Amino acid sequence: MTPATTSQTPAPGHPAATAVRSGRLRWVLIGAVFLYVGLLILLPFGALVVGALSVGIKGILFAFSDPNLQAAFALTLGVSVITVLVNGIFGLVAAWILARARFPGRNVVNALIDLPFALSPVVAGYLFILIFGRLGPLASIEDSLNISVVFAEPGVIIATVFVTLPLMIREMIPVIAALDREQEHAAATLGARGWQIFRLVTLPAIRWGLLYGIALTFARALGEFGAVLVVGNDIQGSTETAPLYIYRAINNNDFGSAFVVALTLGALSLALVTSVEWLRRRHTVRL
Amino acid sequence: MAAISSQTRLARWARLPSWGNWSLGTVATLYLVLILIIPLGALVQNGLQGGLGVWWQALTQSIVWHALWLTLWTAALASGINAVMGLLTAYVLVRYEFPGKALLNAVVDVPLAIPTLITGVMFLILLGPQAPLGKWLASVLHVQILFATPAIVLVLLFVTFPFVVRAVQPVLEALDREPEAAAATLGASGWTIFRRVTLPALALPLISGTLLSFARSIGEFGAVVLVSGNIPFQTQTAAVYVQGEIESADQLGASAISLLLLAVAFTLTLIVDGIQQRSRHVGGAA
Repeated sequence: MTPATTSQTPAPGHPAATAVRSGRLRWVLIGAVFLYVGLLILLPFGALVVGALSVGIKGILFAFSDPNLQAAFALTLGVSVITVLVNGIFGLVAAWILARARFPGRNVVNALIDLPFALSPVVAGYLFILIFGRLGPLASIEDSLNISVVFAEPGVIIATVFVTLPLMIREMIPVIAALDREQEHAAATLGARGWQIFRLVTLPAIRWGLLYGIALTFARALGEFGAVLVVGNDIQGSTETAPLYIYRAINNNDFGSAFVVALTLGALSLALVTSVEWLRRRHTVRL
Repeated sequence: MAAISSQTRLARWARLPSWGNWSLGTVATLYLVLILIIPLGALVQNGLQGGLGVWWQALTQSIVWHALWLTLWTAALASGINAVMGLLTAYVLVRYEFPGKALLNAVVDVPLAIPTLITGVMFLILLGPQAPLGKWLASVLHVQILFATPAIVLVLLFVTFPFVVRAVQPVLEALDREPEAAAATLGASGWTIFRRVTLPALALPLISGTLLSFARSIGEFGAVVLVSGNIPFQTQTAAVYVQGEIESADQLGASAISLLLLAVAFTLTLIVDGIQQRSRHVGGAA
């Protein structure tokens, strides 16, 4: 590496000494970033991998043989699928309207949609206790219909839908806004109807954004903890999702199982997001 | 004739009012009202039930006051550090070529894909009394990190690292290099160019990314609850305190702090959205 040449625009008449110094500075900065990211992100991640694998094959098999864990994973998958369906369909519709319609109060609506990003998940779970809990306005209706939402699966689902609501909408608004309206126009000229235009012209153009939104929503739903803990109260065999299982295992000093499940869930979520991101990048480049 | 009819059809498809768009608009409105606005309204109503005086009284209990202060300073410290390190990371990723750049760029997103509870588990393993690093820190340096405030700041740094990087990076990529070259021609040093020319151009995304980190840190629960130890008056943050109040069915305390957290989150979101829209306009004009 010759430090005298930097990728920066060379300034005419600039003393060579400064260029050498800035070349050295450049490697100091790169080194600092690698050190920070290595210590802050890779080291803890490595600790999880080592911690989970150190329980051995036997420990891993033992962890997964727990029927409570299997039930927790089944619930997590079910909740995540329902969440993706609800936020996928309605989020797409909301993104469509927000990208194309102009109406008063758009800024406030935009901020409201981003709010679940910034709001504490504990508060998110609490919102649904206020509405559906025993002191809430819907308690008598729930009683007469003989259903319960709080401390039951419906509460877990609603809280997860709330927490993941911005992901699909935020992903789709720029994709829809960037759509080539000429193609829709051409399809309309050729006599296509609204639904046909959407299915044959719009959908193929937005499918990678859609897939990425689904992956983000699914990954976030898999790992949701705070809101689900509050609204579901961690009842084993009923509202215990995989993250709640990890939390219970840690509180019971069952660290082996906790680490194994944590690594599984973390790897699943990471693989989902990175593979779709990679797919999307490849296809965007090709287009 | 054909052109006119296709125009009308497109207009029908694209612009309000039309039957299809009205029904889509109704569906979208219902969705947002049922899932966002009614639940948030319920909290506002419940939190202010006893009036502002009761709300303020619940907030100023010493245990609550301490939790709020701890939350505030740990969030401010973490987002401050990540403002600097995120800016540096974005600068290095955009301006320099080096081996491992693609990997670094990918690792930046890792905290976004990892559930925050699992972030907590990671730091629990790394800093625990059985781990080599935890043992070393305790026996050689005599510093308590786990179940103390440094662990809270550490997990917040992990969780919020991507925000400033991803806010600054695209703006820096699109930045016009001419003013920097002009400043260099006039004899400005590298640091002066960065401080006087580059940094002002990055101010808006830097602020919005930092505020986003701050907002996330204020509400963070999953990672914090595992590593903080949750000792009242010492390491209990606001979100963890609220969770305890909910568990013990104390609606008054839970609602008061939840409402404060909601107000802070909403204000910060409004500001961040405003900044993002403004910088989009600036970017569009340039």
